Amino acid sequence: MKIAVCVKQIPDPASPYELDPTTYNLIRPNEQVLDDTDRYGVEVGLQIAGDTDGTVTLVSMGPSGNLNGIRQALAMGADGAILVDDEALKGSDSLTTAKILAAAIAPESFDIVIAGTESTDGYSGILPQQLAELLGVPALTYAKKIDVDGSTVRINRQTATGFDTIEAPTPVLVSVTAGVVEPRYPTFKGIMDAKKKPVDTKTAGDLGVDIQVDQRIVMVVPAPSRSGGQVIVDEGDGHEKIVAMLEQAKVI
Amino acid sequence: MAWVFIEETETGPAAVGLEILTKARELGSPTVIYFGAGSEAAFATLGDYGATEVFHLVPAEGSTGIAAATAAMADLATEHNPDVILFGQTYTDRDVAGRLSARMGKTIISNGIDVAVDGGVGVTTELFGGAQLVTTMFEGEGPHLVLLRPKSFPAEPAGGAAPTVTAVPLPDPGHAGAARVVGNFIEESQGPKLEEAAVIIAGGRGLGSAEAFGLIEQLAAPLKAATGATRAIVDAGWVPYSKQVGQTGKTVKPDVYIACGISGAMQHLVGMKDSKMIIAINKDEEAPIFGVADLGIVGDVHQVLPKLIEALENR
Repeated sequence: MKIAVCVKQIPDPASPYELDPTTYNLIRPNEQVLDDTDRYGVEVGLQIAGDTDGTVTLVSMGPSGNLNGIRQALAMGADGAILVDDEALKGSDSLTTAKILAAAIAPESFDIVIAGTESTDGYSGILPQQLAELLGVPALTYAKKIDVDGSTVRINRQTATGFDTIEAPTPVLVSVTAGVVEPRYPTFKGIMDAKKKPVDTKTAGDLGVDIQVDQRIVMVVPAPSRSGGQVIVDEGDGHEKIVAMLEQAKVI
Repeated sequence: MAWVFIEETETGPAAVGLEILTKARELGSPTVIYFGAGSEAAFATLGDYGATEVFHLVPAEGSTGIAAATAAMADLATEHNPDVILFGQTYTDRDVAGRLSARMGKTIISNGIDVAVDGGVGVTTELFGGAQLVTTMFEGEGPHLVLLRPKSFPAEPAGGAAPTVTAVPLPDPGHAGAARVVGNFIEESQGPKLEEAAVIIAGGRGLGSAEAFGLIEQLAAPLKAATGATRAIVDAGWVPYSKQVGQTGKTVKPDVYIACGISGAMQHLVGMKDSKMIIAINKDEEAPIFGVADLGIVGDVHQVLPKLIEALENR
Protein backbone atom coordinates (compact mmCIF):
# COMPACT_ATOMS: atom_id res chain seq x y z
CA MET A 1 0.00 0.00 0.00
CA LYS A 2 1.15 3.49 -0.82
CA ILE A 3 0.17 5.63 2.14
CA ALA A 4 0.08 9.39 2.69
CA VAL A 5 -0.15 10.79 6.21
CA CYS A 6 -1.17 14.42 6.63
CA VAL A 7 0.76 16.06 9.44
CA LYS A 8 0.90 19.58 10.79
CA GLN A 9 3.72 21.50 12.36
CA ILE A 10 2.31 23.70 15.10
CA PRO A 11 3.76 26.19 17.57
CA ASP A 12 5.02 24.34 20.60
CA PRO A 13 1.92 24.18 22.84
CA ALA A 14 4.25 24.74 25.78
CA SER A 15 5.15 28.23 24.47
CA PRO A 16 2.71 31.13 24.91
CA TYR A 17 0.42 31.93 21.96
CA GLU A 18 -0.20 35.46 20.74
CA LEU A 19 -2.37 37.11 18.15
CA ASP A 20 -1.13 39.70 15.72
CA PRO A 21 -3.05 42.81 16.87
CA THR A 22 -3.91 43.94 13.32
CA THR A 23 -4.32 40.77 11.25
CA TYR A 24 -5.41 38.55 14.18
CA ASN A 25 -3.26 35.79 12.70
CA LEU A 26 -1.56 33.55 15.19
CA ILE A 27 2.02 34.71 15.75
CA ARG A 28 3.93 31.48 15.40
CA PRO A 29 7.13 31.04 17.32
CA ASN A 30 9.98 29.79 15.14
CA GLU A 31 10.15 26.70 17.25
CA GLN A 32 7.55 24.40 15.72
CA VAL A 33 6.79 20.82 16.65
CA LEU A 34 4.79 17.93 15.25
CA ASP A 35 1.16 18.22 16.39
CA ASP A 36 1.03 15.55 19.06
CA THR A 37 -2.23 14.12 17.72
CA ASP A 38 -0.55 13.47 14.34
CA ARG A 39 1.67 10.82 15.93
CA TYR A 40 -1.36 8.51 15.91
CA GLY A 41 -1.86 8.87 12.16
CA VAL A 42 1.85 8.33 11.51
CA GLU A 43 1.78 5.18 13.64
CA VAL A 44 -1.30 3.83 11.83
CA GLY A 45 0.40 4.51 8.49
CA LEU A 46 3.60 2.77 9.58
CA GLN A 47 1.69 -0.28 10.81
CA ILE A 48 -0.29 -0.65 7.57
CA ALA A 49 2.85 -0.09 5.49
CA GLY A 50 4.61 -2.74 7.60
CA ASP A 51 1.85 -5.28 7.00
CA THR A 52 1.55 -4.59 3.27
CA ASP A 53 5.17 -3.94 2.31
CA GLY A 54 4.17 -0.35 1.63
CA THR A 55 5.53 3.16 2.02
CA VAL A 56 4.57 6.18 4.11
CA THR A 57 4.89 9.71 2.75
CA LEU A 58 4.17 12.67 5.00
CA VAL A 59 2.26 15.57 3.47
CA SER A 60 2.22 18.93 5.22
CA MET A 61 1.42 22.56 4.62
CA GLY A 62 3.29 25.53 6.17
CA PRO A 63 4.00 28.37 6.45
CA SER A 64 6.80 27.28 8.69
CA GLY A 65 10.27 27.78 7.30
CA ASN A 66 11.50 24.84 9.31
CA LEU A 67 11.27 21.10 9.36
CA ASN A 68 11.43 20.23 13.06
CA GLY A 69 7.98 18.64 13.20
CA ILE A 70 8.44 16.83 9.88
CA ARG A 71 11.74 15.40 11.10
CA GLN A 72 10.00 14.12 14.25
CA ALA A 73 7.57 12.14 12.08
CA LEU A 74 10.33 10.95 9.74
CA ALA A 75 12.24 9.76 12.81
CA MET A 76 9.29 7.51 13.67
CA GLY A 77 9.91 5.74 10.36
CA ALA A 78 8.11 7.54 7.52
CA ASP A 79 9.94 7.27 4.20
CA GLY A 80 9.79 10.86 2.99
CA ALA A 81 7.79 14.07 3.01
CA ILE A 82 6.16 16.67 0.81
CA LEU A 83 6.02 20.11 2.46
CA VAL A 84 4.13 23.00 0.90
CA ASP A 85 5.83 25.98 2.51
CA ASP A 86 4.65 29.38 1.36
CA GLU A 87 4.43 32.73 3.19
CA ALA A 88 1.23 33.43 1.22
CA LEU A 89 -0.48 30.63 3.16
CA LYS A 90 -0.44 32.64 6.41
CA GLY A 91 -3.96 32.92 7.79
CA SER A 92 -5.40 30.47 5.27
CA ASP A 93 -8.62 28.62 6.06
CA SER A 94 -9.18 24.87 6.13
CA LEU A 95 -10.53 24.82 2.56
CA THR A 96 -7.35 26.42 1.23
CA THR A 97 -5.30 23.94 3.24
CA ALA A 98 -7.37 21.09 1.82
CA LYS A 99 -6.87 22.37 -1.74
CA ILE A 100 -3.12 22.56 -1.20
CA LEU A 101 -2.94 19.07 0.30
CA ALA A 102 -5.18 17.65 -2.44
CA ALA A 103 -2.98 19.20 -5.14
CA ALA A 104 0.11 17.68 -3.51
CA ILE A 105 -1.51 14.26 -2.96
CA ALA A 106 -3.53 13.73 -6.18
CA PRO A 107 -0.61 13.18 -8.61
CA GLU A 108 0.94 10.54 -6.32
CA SER A 109 -1.91 7.98 -6.52
CA PHE A 110 -1.92 6.97 -2.87
CA ASP A 111 -4.04 3.99 -1.77
CA ILE A 112 -4.76 5.38 1.70
CA VAL A 113 -4.60 8.98 2.93
CA ILE A 114 -4.53 9.32 6.71
CA ALA A 115 -5.24 12.45 8.76
CA GLY A 116 -6.02 13.29 12.37
CA THR A 117 -9.59 14.30 13.16
CA GLU A 118 -8.57 17.85 14.09
CA SER A 119 -5.39 19.77 14.80
CA THR A 120 -4.49 20.91 18.29
CA ASP A 121 -4.10 24.58 17.33
CA GLY A 122 -6.85 25.21 14.75
CA TYR A 123 -9.25 22.34 15.56
CA SER A 124 -11.72 23.20 12.81
CA GLY A 125 -12.31 19.46 12.48
CA ILE A 126 -13.39 19.35 8.83
CA LEU A 127 -10.18 19.21 6.83
CA PRO A 128 -10.17 15.41 6.28
CA GLN A 129 -13.69 15.56 4.82
CA GLN A 130 -12.84 18.52 2.57
CA LEU A 131 -9.74 16.67 1.38
CA ALA A 132 -11.72 13.48 0.65
CA GLU A 133 -14.26 15.40 -1.45
CA LEU A 134 -11.51 17.15 -3.43
CA LEU A 135 -9.78 13.80 -4.06
CA GLY A 136 -13.09 12.14 -4.98
CA VAL A 137 -12.61 9.33 -2.45
CA PRO A 138 -14.75 7.96 0.40
CA ALA A 139 -13.89 9.14 3.92
CA LEU A 140 -13.79 6.74 6.85
CA THR A 141 -13.82 9.21 9.71
CA TYR A 142 -13.13 9.23 13.48
CA ALA A 143 -11.49 5.80 13.34
CA LYS A 144 -10.80 4.17 16.68
CA LYS A 145 -9.74 0.86 15.09
CA ILE A 146 -8.52 0.09 11.55
CA ASP A 147 -8.17 -3.13 9.57
CA VAL A 148 -6.92 -3.53 6.02
CA ASP A 149 -8.19 -6.61 4.18
CA GLY A 150 -6.89 -6.76 0.62
CA SER A 151 -8.07 -3.53 -0.96
CA THR A 152 -10.82 -2.97 1.62
CA VAL A 153 -10.26 -0.69 4.60
CA ARG A 154 -12.56 -1.23 7.56
CA ILE A 155 -12.77 0.99 10.64
CA ASN A 156 -14.74 1.44 13.81
CA ARG A 157 -16.14 4.96 13.51
CA GLN A 158 -16.66 6.77 16.80
CA THR A 159 -20.29 7.80 17.38
CA ALA A 160 -21.97 9.63 20.25
CA THR A 161 -23.22 6.34 21.69
CA GLY A 162 -20.56 3.79 20.66
CA PHE A 163 -19.24 3.02 17.20
CA ASP A 164 -20.26 1.99 13.68
CA THR A 165 -18.17 -0.42 11.64
CA ILE A 166 -17.80 1.01 8.15
CA GLU A 167 -15.68 0.05 5.16
CA ALA A 168 -14.68 1.22 1.71
CA PRO A 169 -12.38 0.09 -1.09
CA THR A 170 -9.15 1.99 -1.76
CA PRO A 171 -8.33 4.70 -2.64
CA VAL A 172 -9.76 5.99 0.61
CA LEU A 173 -9.19 8.65 3.27
CA VAL A 174 -9.14 7.67 6.95
CA SER A 175 -9.25 10.15 9.84
CA VAL A 176 -7.99 8.73 13.13
CA THR A 177 -8.80 9.65 16.72
CA ALA A 178 -6.13 9.97 19.37
CA GLY A 179 -5.82 6.71 21.24
CA VAL A 180 -6.39 4.53 18.13
CA VAL A 181 -2.89 3.07 18.50
CA GLU A 182 0.12 3.56 20.78
CA PRO A 183 2.56 5.73 18.79
CA ARG A 184 6.13 4.49 18.78
CA TYR A 185 8.98 6.62 20.05
CA PRO A 186 11.74 7.41 17.56
CA THR A 187 14.91 5.38 18.05
CA PHE A 188 18.32 7.01 17.97
CA LYS A 189 18.88 5.42 14.55
CA GLY A 190 15.51 6.75 13.43
CA ILE A 191 16.47 10.27 14.47
CA MET A 192 19.79 10.02 12.61
CA ASP A 193 18.15 8.54 9.49
CA ALA A 194 15.45 11.24 9.48
CA LYS A 195 18.07 13.87 8.65
CA LYS A 196 18.85 12.10 5.36
CA LYS A 197 15.30 11.34 4.22
CA PRO A 198 13.93 13.23 1.20
CA VAL A 199 11.72 16.29 1.85
CA ASP A 200 10.18 17.72 -1.30
CA THR A 201 9.44 21.40 -0.65
CA LYS A 202 6.94 23.18 -2.89
CA THR A 203 5.04 26.48 -3.02
CA ALA A 204 1.33 27.08 -3.63
CA GLY A 205 2.29 28.38 -7.08
CA ASP A 206 4.11 25.12 -7.92
CA LEU A 207 0.82 23.32 -7.28
CA GLY A 208 -1.26 25.82 -9.23
CA VAL A 209 -3.55 26.59 -6.27
CA ASP A 210 -5.06 30.07 -6.00
CA ILE A 211 -5.18 31.28 -2.44
CA GLN A 212 -8.57 32.80 -1.72
CA VAL A 213 -9.81 33.05 1.86
CA ASP A 214 -13.43 34.15 2.26
CA GLN A 215 -13.45 34.78 5.98
CA ARG A 216 -11.89 37.52 8.03
CA ILE A 217 -11.58 38.07 11.77
CA VAL A 218 -13.02 41.50 12.55
CA MET A 219 -12.98 41.61 16.32
CA VAL A 220 -11.35 39.91 19.30
CA VAL A 221 -12.53 40.82 22.78
CA PRO A 222 -11.88 39.31 26.19
CA ALA A 223 -14.71 36.99 27.24
CA PRO A 224 -16.65 37.92 30.36
CA SER A 225 -14.53 35.93 32.74
CA ARG A 226 -15.83 33.60 35.34
CA SER A 227 -14.17 34.53 38.55
CA GLY A 228 -12.85 31.79 40.76
CA GLY A 229 -14.47 31.39 44.15
CA GLN A 230 -13.17 30.13 47.42
CA VAL A 231 -10.11 27.86 47.39
CA ILE A 232 -9.33 26.07 50.62
CA VAL A 233 -6.73 23.51 51.64
CA ASP A 234 -8.24 20.23 52.77
CA GLU A 235 -7.57 19.58 56.42
CA GLY A 236 -9.79 16.55 56.66
CA ASP A 237 -13.00 18.58 56.37
CA GLY A 238 -13.01 19.34 52.62
CA HIS A 239 -15.94 17.01 52.09
CA GLU A 240 -18.08 19.01 54.52
CA LYS A 241 -17.54 22.18 52.49
CA ILE A 242 -18.60 20.29 49.37
CA VAL A 243 -21.76 18.95 51.04
CA ALA A 244 -22.65 22.52 52.07
CA MET A 245 -22.23 23.70 48.47
CA LEU A 246 -24.39 20.85 47.17
CA GLU A 247 -27.11 21.85 49.65
CA GLN A 248 -26.84 25.44 48.46
CA ALA A 249 -27.27 24.24 44.85
CA LYS A 250 -30.31 22.23 45.99
CA VAL A 251 -29.10 19.02 44.38
CA ILE A 252 -29.25 17.13 47.69
CA MET B 1 -32.81 32.53 4.43
CA ALA B 2 -31.25 30.07 6.87
CA TRP B 3 -30.93 26.33 6.37
CA VAL B 4 -30.29 23.95 9.22
CA PHE B 5 -28.84 20.48 8.64
CA ILE B 6 -30.29 18.00 11.16
CA GLU B 7 -29.28 14.38 11.51
CA GLU B 8 -31.75 11.78 12.75
CA THR B 9 -30.60 9.94 15.90
CA GLU B 10 -32.10 6.95 17.73
CA THR B 11 -34.46 9.35 19.51
CA GLY B 12 -35.48 11.53 16.56
CA PRO B 13 -33.99 14.82 15.37
CA ALA B 14 -30.54 15.41 16.97
CA ALA B 15 -30.73 17.62 20.06
CA VAL B 16 -28.11 20.01 18.71
CA GLY B 17 -30.19 20.38 15.55
CA LEU B 18 -33.20 21.57 17.56
CA GLU B 19 -30.97 24.02 19.45
CA ILE B 20 -29.73 25.48 16.18
CA LEU B 21 -33.23 25.48 14.67
CA THR B 22 -34.41 27.52 17.67
CA LYS B 23 -31.65 30.04 16.94
CA ALA B 24 -32.38 29.99 13.19
CA ARG B 25 -35.92 31.29 13.84
CA GLU B 26 -34.30 34.66 14.56
CA LEU B 27 -32.79 34.63 11.08
CA GLY B 28 -36.08 34.11 9.22
CA SER B 29 -38.33 31.12 8.57
CA PRO B 30 -35.84 28.26 8.60
CA THR B 31 -35.62 25.34 6.21
CA VAL B 32 -34.36 22.03 7.55
CA ILE B 33 -32.26 19.52 5.62
CA TYR B 34 -33.23 16.32 7.43
CA PHE B 35 -30.85 13.36 7.09
CA GLY B 36 -32.28 9.99 8.12
CA ALA B 37 -35.23 7.64 7.70
CA GLY B 38 -37.70 10.27 8.95
CA SER B 39 -41.23 9.90 10.37
CA GLU B 40 -44.39 11.93 10.85
CA ALA B 41 -43.36 12.43 14.48
CA ALA B 42 -39.90 13.68 13.49
CA PHE B 43 -41.31 16.16 10.97
CA ALA B 44 -43.89 17.35 13.52
CA THR B 45 -41.03 18.01 15.95
CA LEU B 46 -39.16 20.02 13.32
CA GLY B 47 -42.32 22.05 12.70
CA ASP B 48 -42.80 22.57 16.42
CA TYR B 49 -39.29 24.05 16.63
CA GLY B 50 -39.93 26.42 13.75
CA ALA B 51 -39.16 24.64 10.47
CA THR B 52 -41.55 25.72 7.71
CA GLU B 53 -39.99 23.58 5.02
CA VAL B 54 -38.06 20.30 5.16
CA PHE B 55 -35.90 18.72 2.48
CA HIS B 56 -35.70 15.06 3.40
CA LEU B 57 -32.59 13.06 2.47
CA VAL B 58 -32.65 9.30 3.09
CA PRO B 59 -29.34 7.39 2.93
CA ALA B 60 -29.45 4.29 0.72
CA GLU B 61 -29.62 0.94 2.52
CA GLY B 62 -26.14 0.00 3.82
CA SER B 63 -24.50 3.25 2.74
CA THR B 64 -23.27 5.95 5.13
CA GLY B 65 -24.98 8.31 2.69
CA ILE B 66 -22.55 11.13 3.47
CA ALA B 67 -21.17 11.79 0.00
CA ALA B 68 -24.59 11.33 -1.63
CA ALA B 69 -26.27 13.71 0.83
CA THR B 70 -23.53 16.23 0.16
CA ALA B 71 -24.08 16.06 -3.59
CA ALA B 72 -27.84 16.48 -3.14
CA MET B 73 -27.36 19.44 -0.79
CA ALA B 74 -24.98 21.17 -3.17
CA ASP B 75 -27.61 20.93 -5.92
CA LEU B 76 -30.37 22.20 -3.59
CA ALA B 77 -28.22 25.07 -2.35
CA THR B 78 -27.33 26.11 -5.89
CA GLU B 79 -31.02 26.14 -6.78
CA HIS B 80 -32.34 27.94 -3.68
CA ASN B 81 -29.29 29.99 -2.69
CA PRO B 82 -29.71 30.21 1.11
CA ASP B 83 -27.68 32.86 2.97
CA VAL B 84 -26.35 30.41 5.55
CA ILE B 85 -26.32 26.66 6.14
CA LEU B 86 -25.93 25.80 9.81
CA PHE B 87 -24.59 22.50 11.17
CA GLY B 88 -23.80 21.13 14.63
CA GLN B 89 -20.19 20.47 15.63
CA THR B 90 -20.86 16.71 15.64
CA TYR B 91 -19.47 13.71 13.76
CA THR B 92 -21.95 13.37 10.90
CA ASP B 93 -22.54 17.10 10.58
CA ARG B 94 -18.78 17.65 10.24
CA ASP B 95 -18.61 14.93 7.59
CA VAL B 96 -21.35 16.50 5.48
CA ALA B 97 -20.30 20.13 6.06
CA GLY B 98 -16.67 19.44 5.18
CA ARG B 99 -17.53 17.67 1.94
CA LEU B 100 -20.10 20.36 1.05
CA SER B 101 -17.54 23.11 1.62
CA ALA B 102 -15.11 21.46 -0.80
CA ARG B 103 -17.80 20.60 -3.33
CA MET B 104 -19.18 24.15 -3.45
CA GLY B 105 -15.83 25.89 -2.95
CA LYS B 106 -17.16 27.71 0.12
CA THR B 107 -15.15 28.46 3.23
CA ILE B 108 -16.50 27.21 6.52
CA ILE B 109 -16.36 28.53 10.07
CA SER B 110 -16.12 25.86 12.77
CA ASN B 111 -16.75 25.84 16.50
CA GLY B 112 -19.20 28.75 16.42
CA ILE B 113 -21.06 29.60 19.62
CA ASP B 114 -23.20 32.32 18.04
CA VAL B 115 -24.17 33.50 14.58
CA ALA B 116 -25.63 36.82 13.43
CA VAL B 117 -26.93 38.00 10.07
CA ASP B 118 -26.59 41.75 10.16
CA GLY B 119 -25.07 43.42 7.12
CA GLY B 120 -23.17 40.18 6.53
CA VAL B 121 -22.88 36.89 8.32
CA GLY B 122 -20.74 36.91 11.46
CA VAL B 123 -19.81 34.00 13.69
CA THR B 124 -18.52 34.10 17.26
CA THR B 125 -15.93 31.55 18.33
CA GLU B 126 -13.87 31.11 21.46
CA LEU B 127 -10.10 31.33 21.58
CA PHE B 128 -7.61 30.21 24.19
CA GLY B 129 -10.10 28.02 26.00
CA GLY B 130 -12.78 30.69 26.06
CA ALA B 131 -10.65 33.55 27.39
CA GLN B 132 -11.31 35.58 24.25
CA LEU B 133 -14.25 35.89 21.89
CA VAL B 134 -13.53 36.17 18.19
CA THR B 135 -15.93 37.54 15.59
CA THR B 136 -15.31 36.33 12.04
CA MET B 137 -17.20 37.68 9.04
CA PHE B 138 -17.74 35.84 5.78
CA GLU B 139 -16.68 37.51 2.56
CA GLY B 140 -17.84 36.72 -0.94
CA GLU B 141 -21.03 35.04 -2.03
CA GLY B 142 -23.10 32.65 0.11
CA PRO B 143 -24.21 30.19 1.07
CA HIS B 144 -22.02 30.58 4.13
CA LEU B 145 -21.32 27.37 6.04
CA VAL B 146 -21.19 27.40 9.83
CA LEU B 147 -20.62 24.67 12.41
CA LEU B 148 -22.06 25.51 15.83
CA ARG B 149 -21.08 23.85 19.08
CA PRO B 150 -23.73 21.87 20.99
CA LYS B 151 -25.36 23.71 23.94
CA SER B 152 -24.73 27.11 22.36
CA PHE B 153 -28.48 27.85 22.36
CA PRO B 154 -31.41 26.51 24.37
CA ALA B 155 -33.85 24.35 22.36
CA GLU B 156 -37.32 25.89 22.70
CA PRO B 157 -40.42 24.72 20.81
CA ALA B 158 -42.47 27.46 19.16
CA GLY B 159 -45.65 25.49 18.53
CA GLY B 160 -45.25 25.65 14.77
CA ALA B 161 -47.42 23.63 12.39
CA ALA B 162 -46.23 20.57 10.47
CA PRO B 163 -43.78 21.70 7.77
CA THR B 164 -43.91 21.04 4.05
CA VAL B 165 -41.75 17.98 3.46
CA THR B 166 -40.05 17.35 0.11
CA ALA B 167 -38.29 14.03 -0.42
CA VAL B 168 -35.05 14.63 -2.29
CA PRO B 169 -33.58 11.73 -4.29
CA LEU B 170 -29.88 11.20 -3.63
CA PRO B 171 -27.56 11.09 -6.65
CA ASP B 172 -24.92 8.37 -7.03
CA PRO B 173 -21.63 10.06 -6.09
CA GLY B 174 -19.50 7.23 -7.56
CA HIS B 175 -16.38 6.06 -5.70
CA ALA B 176 -16.64 8.94 -3.17
CA GLY B 177 -19.89 7.34 -1.97
CA ALA B 178 -18.44 3.85 -1.55
CA ALA B 179 -18.35 3.89 2.30
CA ARG B 180 -20.71 1.24 3.65
CA VAL B 181 -22.01 0.55 7.15
CA VAL B 182 -21.45 -3.11 8.08
CA GLY B 183 -22.19 -3.05 11.81
CA ASN B 184 -22.80 -0.93 14.85
CA PHE B 185 -22.19 -1.12 18.57
CA ILE B 186 -23.87 0.84 21.36
CA GLU B 187 -21.80 1.20 24.52
CA GLU B 188 -23.73 0.25 27.62
CA SER B 189 -24.20 3.32 29.75
CA GLN B 190 -25.89 3.48 33.07
CA GLY B 191 -27.51 6.43 34.79
CA PRO B 192 -28.31 9.82 33.29
CA LYS B 193 -26.78 11.05 30.03
CA LEU B 194 -23.89 13.52 30.28
CA GLU B 195 -25.68 16.14 28.19
CA GLU B 196 -28.83 15.98 30.32
CA ALA B 197 -27.64 15.38 33.89
CA ALA B 198 -28.14 18.05 36.55
CA VAL B 199 -24.97 16.91 38.29
CA ILE B 200 -21.76 15.63 36.67
CA ILE B 201 -18.84 14.01 38.47
CA ALA B 202 -15.74 14.04 36.29
CA GLY B 203 -12.32 12.49 36.76
CA GLY B 204 -8.87 13.26 35.38
CA ARG B 205 -5.34 11.99 35.55
CA GLY B 206 -5.10 12.96 39.22
CA LEU B 207 -7.11 9.82 40.00
CA GLY B 208 -3.88 7.93 39.34
CA SER B 209 -5.34 4.77 37.83
CA ALA B 210 -8.24 3.38 35.82
CA GLU B 211 -9.47 1.54 38.93
CA ALA B 212 -9.80 4.83 40.83
CA PHE B 213 -12.52 5.91 38.40
CA GLY B 214 -14.66 3.66 40.60
CA LEU B 215 -14.61 6.52 43.14
CA ILE B 216 -16.22 8.78 40.54
CA GLU B 217 -18.95 6.21 39.94
CA GLN B 218 -19.51 5.73 43.68
CA LEU B 219 -19.92 9.47 44.17
CA ALA B 220 -22.27 9.71 41.19
CA ALA B 221 -24.69 7.12 42.57
CA PRO B 222 -26.17 9.03 45.57
CA LEU B 223 -26.29 12.26 43.52
CA LYS B 224 -27.92 10.56 40.50
CA ALA B 225 -25.13 12.17 38.54
CA ALA B 226 -23.57 11.37 35.17
CA THR B 227 -19.85 10.59 35.04
CA GLY B 228 -17.41 12.44 32.80
CA ALA B 229 -13.72 12.37 32.01
CA THR B 230 -10.85 14.37 30.57
CA ARG B 231 -9.26 13.64 27.23
CA ALA B 232 -6.10 12.47 29.03
CA ILE B 233 -7.77 9.52 30.73
CA VAL B 234 -9.87 8.67 27.67
CA ASP B 235 -6.71 8.55 25.55
CA ALA B 236 -5.12 6.44 28.27
CA GLY B 237 -7.96 3.96 27.82
CA TRP B 238 -9.33 4.25 31.40
CA VAL B 239 -12.87 5.14 30.26
CA PRO B 240 -14.70 5.17 26.91
CA TYR B 241 -14.68 8.23 24.68
CA SER B 242 -18.42 8.71 25.21
CA LYS B 243 -17.52 10.15 28.64
CA GLN B 244 -15.09 12.76 27.33
CA VAL B 245 -15.91 16.36 28.22
CA GLY B 246 -14.10 19.15 26.38
CA GLN B 247 -13.18 20.62 23.05
CA THR B 248 -13.05 17.29 21.26
CA GLY B 249 -15.66 15.68 23.50
CA LYS B 250 -19.00 16.81 24.86
CA THR B 251 -20.04 20.28 25.93
CA VAL B 252 -21.99 20.24 29.19
CA LYS B 253 -23.79 22.82 31.32
CA PRO B 254 -25.06 21.04 34.43
CA ASP B 255 -26.21 22.70 37.66
CA VAL B 256 -23.17 21.27 39.44
CA TYR B 257 -19.89 19.97 37.99
CA ILE B 258 -17.48 18.27 40.37
CA ALA B 259 -13.99 18.01 38.85
CA CYS B 260 -11.85 15.40 40.60
CA GLY B 261 -8.14 15.25 39.91
CA ILE B 262 -8.58 17.50 36.88
CA SER B 263 -5.98 20.22 36.34
CA GLY B 264 -8.13 22.27 33.95
CA ALA B 265 -6.42 22.15 30.56
CA MET B 266 -8.06 24.51 28.04
CA GLN B 267 -9.22 21.47 26.07
CA HIS B 268 -11.31 20.47 29.10
CA LEU B 269 -12.41 23.93 30.31
CA VAL B 270 -14.07 24.70 26.96
CA GLY B 271 -16.49 21.86 27.51
CA MET B 272 -17.57 22.59 31.09
CA LYS B 273 -16.80 26.18 32.13
CA ASP B 274 -20.42 27.27 31.65
CA SER B 275 -21.69 24.90 34.34
CA LYS B 276 -23.77 26.79 36.92
CA MET B 277 -21.61 25.68 39.84
CA ILE B 278 -18.12 24.17 39.64
CA ILE B 279 -16.47 22.33 42.51
CA ALA B 280 -12.87 21.18 42.07
CA ILE B 281 -10.64 18.85 44.05
CA ASN B 282 -6.98 18.84 43.06
CA LYS B 283 -3.65 18.39 44.80
CA ASP B 284 -1.96 21.26 42.98
CA GLU B 285 -3.08 24.63 44.29
CA GLU B 286 -1.82 26.26 41.07
CA ALA B 287 -4.13 24.12 38.89
CA PRO B 288 -6.07 26.30 36.39
CA ILE B 289 -9.32 24.53 37.33
CA PHE B 290 -9.36 26.61 40.54
CA GLY B 291 -9.63 29.73 38.37
CA VAL B 292 -13.16 28.77 37.35
CA ALA B 293 -14.26 26.86 40.46
CA ASP B 294 -16.83 28.28 42.89
CA LEU B 295 -15.32 26.01 45.50
CA GLY B 296 -11.81 24.61 45.23
CA ILE B 297 -10.48 21.98 47.59
CA VAL B 298 -6.69 21.66 47.54
CA GLY B 299 -6.32 18.05 48.51
CA ASP B 300 -5.96 14.44 47.46
CA VAL B 301 -9.01 12.95 45.75
CA HIS B 302 -8.20 9.67 47.48
CA GLN B 303 -8.68 11.39 50.85
CA VAL B 304 -11.60 13.68 50.06
CA LEU B 305 -13.80 11.46 47.86
CA PRO B 306 -14.24 8.47 50.23
CA LYS B 307 -15.35 10.86 53.01
CA LEU B 308 -17.68 12.71 50.66
CA ILE B 309 -19.21 9.45 49.40
CA GLU B 310 -19.76 8.28 52.96
CA ALA B 311 -21.33 11.59 54.01
CA LEU B 312 -23.76 11.49 51.08
CA GLU B 313 -24.63 7.83 51.50
CA ASN B 314 -25.48 8.45 55.16
CA ARG B 315 -27.91 11.25 54.46
